[in-house]
Amino acid sequence: MGTLVLAEGFVPPGAGDFNLPPIFGAVTKPMLLVVMSVVIIAAFFVITSRNMKVVPGKTQFVAESIYSFTRNTIAREHIGSKDFQRFVPLIFTLFTFIFVNNIYGIIPLIQFPTMSHIGFPLALSILVVYPVYHYVGMRRHGIGGYLKNQLFPAGVPGPIYLLLTPIEFFSKFVMNPITLAIRVFAAMFAGHLIILVFTLAGEWLLVEASAALKPVAAVSFAFAIAMTFLEALIMTIQAYVFALLAASYIGMALAEDH
Amino acid sequence: MLTTQIVLAAEEPSPVLPHTSEVILGLVAFGVLLFVLWKFAVPRFEKLYEERASQIEGGIEKAEKAQAEAQQALEQYNQQLAEARTEAAKIRDDARLESEQIREEIRAEAQAEAARIVAQGESQLQAQKAQIIAELRSEMGRQSVELAGRIVGESLEDEERRNRTVERFLAELDSAGAGK
Repeated sequence: MGTLVLAEGFVPPGAGDFNLPPIFGAVTKPMLLVVMSVVIIAAFFVITSRNMKVVPGKTQFVAESIYSFTRNTIAREHIGSKDFQRFVPLIFTLFTFIFVNNIYGIIPLIQFPTMSHIGFPLALSILVVYPVYHYVGMRRHGIGGYLKNQLFPAGVPGPIYLLLTPIEFFSKFVMNPITLAIRVFAAMFAGHLIILVFTLAGEWLLVEASAALKPVAAVSFAFAIAMTFLEALIMTIQAYVFALLAASYIGMALAEDH
Repeated sequence: MLTTQIVLAAEEPSPVLPHTSEVILGLVAFGVLLFVLWKFAVPRFEKLYEERASQIEGGIEKAEKAQAEAQQALEQYNQQLAEARTEAAKIRDDARLESEQIREEIRAEAQAEAARIVAQGESQLQAQKAQIIAELRSEMGRQSVELAGRIVGESLEDEERRNRTVERFLAELDSAGAGK
């Protein structure tokens, strides 16, 4: 099939383009990028926070803005001002980690959003966020109380529970972690694919198409650039949404009733 | 290059199936980052927030204190001013009272002095008058007797008789004076 497509001319990029060959041994580009992101984020915040002043300088201001955004806008708003303090490191790390791994997608030369490999967001949602919110909910209300809180929301007429409880169970214990991971994965995957399509199409039009079609390459490149800007926005939003939903799941688990 | 990609695409599993290695690496990487930020970054930010909050609170407190002190100083000053005013008024009243008293005293003294002088003059006058009267009386008695003796020719040598005559004469004179 591959050779057939190749014979016809332009080959659209597909899922296969996300599976890059290993750089050395079994290490692939996304693996390297994830490790790099840890170093970048840790270094940035450890260095900027080492000598902080009450009146911030430029770098400190940037670091502080990011921190206070995750602390106040995400954690405090959605977990509640009573309990949010101990979850701040988690939310803060989630946001910065996902943000850097997303933004890789538009950094020249790197140009690969790590989160477009579903393994990474799944690790965060199923192995980090999911256990954390169920654990803190059970710690707070006891296992029975927590399940009752989550599966039998108060203020609903009796028979509705027949319908509501399975839905609540399905969404809270099955779907939440999966959708959380898929949301960021799909956005990164699709976004990267779109940029790839416009870039490769432009390249093909410029190099291989007939002379009459060559100028169209400019349109294709222009779209690739426009999409890059859009991606920058989406990458930020997805990091924000992930952290926000994690915070709101924790908040709901801790709430007395909702 | 292109062909390898296509071959890979044909062989690789679906993109929604996670690689185990990536899940593990993602978890470990996240764990390491979480640990570092938790231990080193977050406490520093929190400390900074606390410092900032306490500094702002301290500043407000200091300003409030300064204001309170200023208020207190103003009150004290006003009080002192009021005290000074009452003091001044009191001194003025006292002075007026004192001057009045002094004037009164001086007047009383002067009056007393005047009265004394008048009294003294009067008594002197009385004494002189009495003396003159006494002198006149004796002089007149002597001259009358002499005169009478010369006229009568009869020596009124007898002391007792002469005294009696003088007495009688003076008594007549007195009664004549009183009758007038």
